[in-house]
Amino acid sequence: MSKIKSGATAAIAETMNTDFEVRSLDTQCVNASEKDLPLWYNLKYLLAGIFFGIILVKSEVISWFRIQEMFKLQSFHMYGVIGTAVVVGAISIFLIKKLKIKTIQGEDIEFQDKKFTKGQVIGGLIFGLGWAITGACPGPLFAQLGSGIGVIFITILSAVAGTWVYGKFREKLPN
Amino acid sequence: MLELIRQPWHWSAAGILIGLVVPLLLILGNKNFGISANLRHICAACFPGNIPFFKYNWRKEIWNLFFAVGIILGGFIAATLLHDPEQVKIAPALAASLAENGIDDYSNLVPTQLFNWGNLLTIQGFLFIVVGGFLVGFGTRYAGGCTSGHAISGLANLQLPSLVATICFMVGGFISANLIVPFLLKL
Repeated sequence: MSKIKSGATAAIAETMNTDFEVRSLDTQCVNASEKDLPLWYNLKYLLAGIFFGIILVKSEVISWFRIQEMFKLQSFHMYGVIGTAVVVGAISIFLIKKLKIKTIQGEDIEFQDKKFTKGQVIGGLIFGLGWAITGACPGPLFAQLGSGIGVIFITILSAVAGTWVYGKFREKLPN
Repeated sequence: MLELIRQPWHWSAAGILIGLVVPLLLILGNKNFGISANLRHICAACFPGNIPFFKYNWRKEIWNLFFAVGIILGGFIAATLLHDPEQVKIAPALAASLAENGIDDYSNLVPTQLFNWGNLLTIQGFLFIVVGGFLVGFGTRYAGGCTSGHAISGLANLQLPSLVATICFMVGGFISANLIVPFLLKL
């Protein structure tokens, strides 16, 4: 009995390991939390999203015009927004590491280092081409949809299709 | 106060608030600020198609989808309760070049003369709405993140690969906005 049990545990551990490995491919954000919490615990992220969505609209980050101005060097606005966000984020991360701040559930906050890939260059350029055309990166796309531009739903679907095609041909692309 | 919130926000206020989303998500539950991964979770949840890249437990990442739905709701709140009736102010040089191509409606942050259901069936609309979206989805995943994952949380954590990615985003954007978009606007 115990043999079966340990076998099962090993199998679970194995699935979890590959799960983490697959999930870690080409991403910045892996859910590092080991805790299995009820679904409604995620409502706090819904609230965080609402907060972020309001900022994106009110600061005109979702503006197609602002993105054109940024890439045509006609306005400082977007450089100011992104630059300030990076500085505030960097100070916050420095403080979290320095003061060993924990999550509200008492878990340690972990950071994973990124590895260099060819995708950061090739994929980065491809995303840049798309960013100026749609006038939005993925976050603003969701906010544009919410702000009432219904056809952006098609842009989001197309972005999902782009992600799918990448996943399908991932092995054949230089990585 | 409400009047102040309704006006377009200064870049410094927006930058500080967006920067604070990074520690907010970390402290709420050890989550890294990033949005493009949602596109992958949608693939994993809806069309995994036996592709190894989409074979993972997307339910563990459901927080990210809650965050994305929140962004949609936030967009709705900002455009209704906090709506600013003023026209969008844009740089005169941009206005001049857009006017040459018939884009002169600044009532919305998105030029609805380009992004509307009717335009979807034209070559121009298809390129802006569908092809643009495809490049965003393909490129962000290939690069391993978007503006939030690389340019903000990656740079804030002093990751050199994120700096490379961010520079490439910008190079692609410069090429596109100065060479490709002007061409598309003429179609």
